[in-house]
Parts: sequence; structure tokens; C-alpha cells
Amino acid sequence: MNITPELVDYVSILSRLKLEPEEKARMTGELEQIIGYMDILNQLDTTDIEPMSHTFPVKNVLREDEVVPSFPREALLAGAPVPDDEAYLVPKTVE
Amino acid sequence: MDWEVVIGLETHVELATRTKIFCSCTTEFGGAPNTHCCPVCTGMPGTLPVMNKKVLEYAAKASLALNCEVTRYCKFDRKNYFYPDLPKAYQISQLYLPIGRNGKVPIKVGSEEKIIRIHELHMEEDAGKLVHDNWIDQTRADYNRCGVPLIEIVTEPDFRTADEVIAYLEKLRSTLEYLGVSDCKMQEGSLRCDVNLSVRPKGSDELGTRTEMKNLNSFKAIARAIRYEARRQQELIELDHKRVIQETRRWDDNKDASFSMRSKENAQDYRYFPEPDIPPMELSEAYLDELRANLPEMAEARQARYVRAFGLPEYDAGLLTGTRALSDFFEETVALGIAPKEAANWMMADLLRLLKEKGMEPKEMLFAPETLAAIIEMVSDGKLNRGTASKVFEAVFDNNGDPAAYVKDHGLEQINDTGLVESTVAEILAANPSQVIEYRGGKEKLFGFFVGQCMRALKGKADPKAVNEVLRRQLNG
Amino acid sequence: MSLSDLTALELGAKIKAGEVSVPEATRAALDAIEAKNAENNAFITVLNNRAMAEAEEIQKKISAGELTSPLAGVPLAIKDNICTKGVKTTCASKILGDFQPPYNATLTEKIHAIGGVVLGKLNMDEFAMGSTSETSYYGATRNPWDLSRVPGGSSGGAAAAVAARECWYAIGSDTGGSIRQPASYCGVTGIKPTYGTVSRYGLIAYASSLDQIGPLARTAEDCAAILDAIQGKDPRDGTSLDVPVGGLLSGLSGDLTGMKIGIPVDCFGDGLDGEVSQKVLAAAEVLKERGAEVEEFRLPIMEYVVPAYYIIAAAEASSNLSRFDGVKYGWRAEGYSDLTELYNKTRTEGFGTEVKRRILLGTFVLSSGYYDAYYRKALQVKAVIKEAFDRAFEKYDLLLMPVAPTTAPKLGESLSDPLKMYLSDIYTVSVNLAGLPGVSIPCGLDSKGLPVGAQLIGPALGEGKVLNAAHAYQQETDFHKLRPTQKGGAE
Repeated sequence: MNITPELVDYVSILSRLKLEPEEKARMTGELEQIIGYMDILNQLDTTDIEPMSHTFPVKNVLREDEVVPSFPREALLAGAPVPDDEAYLVPKTVE
Repeated sequence: MDWEVVIGLETHVELATRTKIFCSCTTEFGGAPNTHCCPVCTGMPGTLPVMNKKVLEYAAKASLALNCEVTRYCKFDRKNYFYPDLPKAYQISQLYLPIGRNGKVPIKVGSEEKIIRIHELHMEEDAGKLVHDNWIDQTRADYNRCGVPLIEIVTEPDFRTADEVIAYLEKLRSTLEYLGVSDCKMQEGSLRCDVNLSVRPKGSDELGTRTEMKNLNSFKAIARAIRYEARRQQELIELDHKRVIQETRRWDDNKDASFSMRSKENAQDYRYFPEPDIPPMELSEAYLDELRANLPEMAEARQARYVRAFGLPEYDAGLLTGTRALSDFFEETVALGIAPKEAANWMMADLLRLLKEKGMEPKEMLFAPETLAAIIEMVSDGKLNRGTASKVFEAVFDNNGDPAAYVKDHGLEQINDTGLVESTVAEILAANPSQVIEYRGGKEKLFGFFVGQCMRALKGKADPKAVNEVLRRQLNG
Repeated sequence: MSLSDLTALELGAKIKAGEVSVPEATRAALDAIEAKNAENNAFITVLNNRAMAEAEEIQKKISAGELTSPLAGVPLAIKDNICTKGVKTTCASKILGDFQPPYNATLTEKIHAIGGVVLGKLNMDEFAMGSTSETSYYGATRNPWDLSRVPGGSSGGAAAAVAARECWYAIGSDTGGSIRQPASYCGVTGIKPTYGTVSRYGLIAYASSLDQIGPLARTAEDCAAILDAIQGKDPRDGTSLDVPVGGLLSGLSGDLTGMKIGIPVDCFGDGLDGEVSQKVLAAAEVLKERGAEVEEFRLPIMEYVVPAYYIIAAAEASSNLSRFDGVKYGWRAEGYSDLTELYNKTRTEGFGTEVKRRILLGTFVLSSGYYDAYYRKALQVKAVIKEAFDRAFEKYDLLLMPVAPTTAPKLGESLSDPLKMYLSDIYTVSVNLAGLPGVSIPCGLDSKGLPVGAQLIGPALGEGKVLNAAHAYQQETDFHKLRPTQKGGAE
């Protein structure tokens, strides 16, 4: 698998990471090496094998639809990087 | 060139559960910002989602009612994107194994019937709300709505006209409302609809490039937006010789136009993968059988039954079954021993008129079937005349007051004193000798004049039938 | 014998008998931390006053007979990726800033319930991503056996603190070996329990399908007692298993008669240090002497476990770490002009290099066009790996293999070659992929005087078997009693 700088740019945009040119160059090389190594999985024939997302056959873990009082707002907002009494603040978003 | 419009819908419906899909916060609409929240629905680190049993039940019921194949083994997936209304930066949704697939919704436009195919129905969590504050020039994120359960119902591109779209949405709204799984209130955002639309030359089998329109807040807006967007695409192709760009557009109802949202959107690559925090859900045949057995009778079935069993006109039956609340009201009134036709007449004439005047939904009214039944019985018992009864109805409607008490307090009992009616009629005839002569000379139209005079003298409280009888006897006598 | 040489259960017994008070033990631990932390940097946060106040409270409850756990009053420390209400929880990352969760992890509540005195929060690799504890924003932790060496990771602070006698036990987390490998590098006993037996609620997620909380302590007995306290179904964690738990401590008989132990020969080939190999195989002999039958077998999956693990872990991490965006909690960068810049600056400046590498890797394997070739393929390989273990456990009660290919490397040696570092996880990650319990026990020192660990792996919910074998081994040997001198440059 050839990892191009454009592919690293694309993945960076999706991840909201903006690498400096030097870091990007190094990362491109490292990712190429790592992903290249991962191609070893292709040696294993997995035709007809169901992908396993959950290891144990646990199912139907459901809770009752009963209201529990919500959290104190001050406690939720106490850790917000920009203090406000009511909400989390962000730069203007187009609405 | 003749053009054909091709439309598919993605409808988001908030489920009427008490609590959110993955935490136990209330789903109540409104509330001060961020007061219906907890560490789970605000995406705090280390917190985990736990699925609400009722959401699964409601989504399964909706799938069954929309004739979907229910996925016996279904899972959640994560849809990843950054936006401040999504605190975890992923939405828990379903991509690979949605709960419902391949559904069918029959609709009727005028006399034409058509089947709209449902591509899939899936469960997901709602996002929060962003409100821009001009004073501080910052946007506030309110997470009260985060985690409110939604089902998204995606149709195949089966619509050709706005009327079909509206008919489908009406049907969908009625179905979900009858099921009791959603309020379907567009004004509160509990039913939201995105329109995917493309145009193609009539007769073509190929689909054109589609756009997706968002922010459609009423059925009227949807109809207008469809007409606008179809015309825009046709003109783009025909007049400007340009191609339609696949994009998301925002409908602006005030400007009566849609606008591209392209600038805001980055590469759309949601990187779906199975949600590791929520184990799969298995729906047994027995569970589905039980849900199936308990599906309520839907609007159409009730309408047909009202025509068949109660002899109501189809139009009246249609109106009465417009919402489940109204239809239930009717059935409860009938169950109290009121003749179906009588109950229907009252509801058509008085109840629907009042609701319309007050801008109320049937489910919002306090007025009870028992109260309507009491009023109707007072009329049939001769205690109240029909005209006064309407006034009593109006007076007690808002607070579901006691009609008997109201009648008593306001002295509105029907006058059943035959002596008083006889003497009043005699007085009226004596006071209008020339009209009596004209009537007796053949001008029968004057009968109404005498009735009016008598009723006025009796302050409207007499039984009009009795007045008519006495008048006719005295005039002819 | 000094207090610090007691095991957690021995200290618990002395507290119960009134021979040692909880404040006394807590003071001793805080003094040890005071003396050693500047050198080994095992702690990010030390709760001096709070721990002493807690100790007084707990002593009262013990005296009143309200706390009866064998670990009541025993001081411990918790890895800094487990939420502690009102106490800074950083994941050793700049991006969490001074985040003080307004809630406790279920683990934290369970520790409170048995009367554990929390001394502080332990250093780790940033977001548990690493095998050396060098990627911490708060500086690298050092190995008490040799301060020029790494303690392993990601629970390096936990292993170092237990090894250096700064606490009697520690709570760590293990996603691909993060308890077992540092336990092995630092000469302590650490177990990763069966996935789903300890609640993950409040454990800040790295890879949700693999993460599991577990203890690091001096002995298998201590680990059994701790698991008895922290395992159990949690309604707040949908993946927690609804199975009977407890009774591990009382079940430790030390009797291995008839127990069948398999040694996967695939784990003893190229890349394994000769001294490590020899010590682990020597451990097999000890187990044999205690009555176990030991047999070699093939586990032909080893070349696939590292790629499958890193694809799955990185994919989940890329999603789990998206919530750190400078909006709701933690640190926010300065000097942004719009939303996208706020996200980009906060995340680029707030995450360290290793975390960014895994986020990019994880984003790549999930992205359109690559999902099937990498992520889906890895989930299929996971099924193959699970199947291989299932087959092995049809024949054997336990598997014995190394924990890591070498003993602790020098600081600065590993990070320069990420792929090489990933490959060193070869013996630990498959256990996470298959959800199994695995314990690391000290089995000697190499010629450099560094601890070697042996790994015992059991079938799902086989904690009892795993710990019983470890306990039998520790009855026969004294490797777990060796203590480091914590001197720099010991070579």
C-alpha cells in the first residue's frame, strides 16, 4: 500500500489534525511502513468468516425507560474551557 | 422537453419515550439549556451508552406497521463527524444492520393508489441545538436534545409529485401517531424531513443527479421546496446548459428559495464501524409476534369500520380518524351509549370547529368524552335545546367543566311547561294580527317569523319542536 | 519487616487486627512517594491531604466493623485514565488539561466501597497508547529496577509504584498488554481479567472492545482479592457480563494436579530474547513439579495478531478520541479564528505524536475505500484468533508464554521506530482480541538484573485457574518477593 502525502492530508482533515510539513513527511513514511506491514493479513484466507465486532455473545442489554433526574448543569459546565452559565461556547457556526 | 421529477425522502421521527436512547435523562421538549443532560449525553470521557428497551420496541413496532422486514439480529454503528452539536463527535446510528428494511407504504392521491417503498428504517440518537448569540458573537451549544431517540425512515426514489410526498407524510404521521410511538409534531421538530430530488427527461430510466434539501419545517414548506427545486434543476439544465451538482441545500421558507450548504461541508466520509459499546440486539419471533398481535387498528381500518358499522359518510369517517386522539374520543363517546351518528355530528360540527379556532391538537384538549355524552343526553332528554347545547359545549370545552352545573347556574334548562308555551304563542299571535291574516291567506313563509318571535320571548330555552306544534295548531285553529 | 514489604492482604490483616492503623499505612506510603516520585515519576497526582483524611474516615469505619473486605484500609493508586470525581484525571495528555470529572468510574466506587485509600493517580502512556510510559505529557516514568530504563506501558506508573513500594497495589488498564507488560518489566504480578468482568464505566476509552481494567500487585493472592472486589455486572456498562463473580481468593488452592498447560511453540521462536525464553520455560518446570501436565502445541496465528490488533485498536481510538475537541472539557488552544481552526489547533497541539499517529492510522483504516481491506479484514482475523484460542482451550486448561520479547529497554530506544515497538506487543495483544484473562508473574531476573515475566492465559472467565497456577508458582518461588533498589544507571 502506497501512502501518499495527499492521502495523509485527507486523513488529517477527517481527524481534524493539521501536521507541520516536517511532521507530515515523517508520519507519511511511518504510516507507509506500518500499513505495509499490516498487509500481511492478506496471507490469511478469511473468505466466509463473519467479522467479529463483539467477542462474547452478549445481547439485548437494555434498560427500562425510567427517568432519572439530570445532572446539575454547573457540574457539567464546570470543566468547559470557556466559562458560561448555560451552555458550551464555540465560534460562530453557520446556521 | 417534458421533465419528470424523482423524489426520495429521509424522515427523522423522534420517538415518544420518557428517556433518551442511551441514558436516563428526560426527553421532554424545551427546558433551560443543558438542564436535561448528564455525563453520558454530553459525551464526557469514560461514559458509556446503555440502550433504552422502549426505543427498540417502538422502532420494531414502526417497522412492522410500515410493512418492513424486521432484522432479527441488529446492531448499532458509529457515524463519525465533527460538529459542535454532536458532543462525542460520532452519532450512534445503524448502517450495516438497520432494524427495518424493504417496507411498503400504500398512499392515495385523489383516486390514484400507489406503493411507496421503504428502503430502510433505523434507530439513532438526535443531536443538540446550536443557537448563535449575537451579543457575544459566539454560538451556544445546548445538549438537551442530544440522545433523544430517533428513527430515520428512508424511502426509495418513488415519488413523482409534491402531492405524493405530502400524502406519504400524512400517512406516515398517522401511522406513527396511531402506534403511539411519536407525537410527530413538526413545529417541535419531532418529525423532520429531508428531500432528495432529481429531474430527468420523461421516459428516461436513468436517475439524474440529486440534491438533498434540509430545514423543511412544514408540509407547506416541503411542497413549495419541491416545486422550487424541480424548477431550479430543470432551468439549470435547459436554460443554462449546466449540470446539477450533488450537494446539500438549505430551504429558506422566508425567501422561498434553497441555498447551497457546500461551503460548510468537508469531505463526507463518516467512517462507520460497529459500535463496540453496545451489544447486538436479537429480536425473537415470539417478541415480534407479540408486537404484531398488539398493533392497534390504524386510521384506514377505523375509517372503513365507521362507514361499515356506524353508517357514517366516508368523508366524516376520514375526518374523525385524522388523529388517534380524535378517533379515540369518538369511540369512547360511542362506548358511553351515544348513537355514533349523533356523536359524529357533534364532533364534526362543534368539536372540530373549536379546535380549529383555538389552534389546538385533539390530544391537547382537556374536554372529555363523558362531557360530550352528558351534553348530548341532556338534549335527548329534553333538558336542553340543541342551539343552547352548542353554547354550553363552547363554555365548558376549555376546562372540561360540568355541563349540568353550567346549565343550572345560567338558567338554561329547556322550558317544558306547555302552559307557558301555549300562552306565549297566543300572546305573539295577538300582537301580530296582520301577519296572522297574511299567513292564513297563504303566505306560509311567515311561519318562521312566528317561531322566531316565540323563541325570543321564551329566551331560546323552549323546545323548538313543541313551539312549532303549538304555533301550527293555534294558527290553523 | 517494614510495612512496605507486606503484601496487600498481609497489610489488610494487620489493619483488621489493629496492629497497624490506616493513617499509619497511608503516611508510610505518602512518605515513600515523597521520597521516590521525583526519580521515577510514577504519579501524576498525589493526594496527600485527601488521602490522609480518607484514611481517618476508613479507620473509623473499620473500627466500627462497617468495612470487612480483606483489603479494607489498604492504600492504593489508580491509573490516570480512570475517572475520580473531583480529582484531576488526565490520561497523561495535555488535551484533558485539568479535567476533574464530576463523576466516579464504577471502579472508583468499588474501591471506595471496600475502604481503599486512594493515594493518587498514576502516570501512563498518553491515552494508554504506548509500551513504555514515555509518551506521557507529564514526563516519562522510570523503572525502579533501573532508572535509565522504561517501566513498560501503558500502565507504567502503576507497575513502577507497586515495584518501588509506593503503594500496596494499583489499578491499571490493559488494551493490548498495558497491565501485563509493565508488570513483567517491573517484577510485579498483574492480571488482565476476562473482557466484560470489570466495568469500563469511567475508564476513558482507548479501544472500547479491548480495554479492560485490572490490578497490579505483589502476588497472585492480592490480585485475586482485588478482582473479588472490582469484578461484577454494571448496569452502566452494556458490555459488562452478567455472570457470577467473586470467590477467587478463597478458591486459591495451589493444587495443580491434573491441570493441562499448553506451551505454544510459535511464541518461542525468532525475536524472543534467549534469557527470557529460558526463564519462561523454567517456570513451566516449576508448574510441572506442582502437578501440572505441560505440553507444547502450535498456535499458528502469531504473525497476524499485531496487525489485527493495531487496526482495530487504532480505528476505535480514532473515534473515541474525537470528543476531545476543546469544546466541552479539557484544554482549548488559543488563537483560532473559526470552528475548524479551533478543532485543528486544539487537537494538533493537545495530542502527542504517538496518539496522533494512531488517530491517523485508525481514520485511514475506516475511511471510504479502505474499510473492507483493513478494518473488516481485521475483524475477520479476530474471529480466526478467537477460534484458535477456543481450540487450544479444548485441550488445555491454561497456556504459558512470554509477556514481552525482552526485558525493559532503555528510555528513548523504542519511540524512534514505532513499528518495532508495535511488534514487541506480540505476546500480549491476542489475549485482548480474544477477550481472555492473562496474568504476568515474575519468573526471575536476567543477567542485567532486570525482571522477566511469564504469562499464563486462561479461557474466558478462567481467572480462577489462571490465578491458582500463578499462586502455586509463587508458593514455590521467591521471584515476586525481590525488590528493586531504585538506583539510577544500575548497569
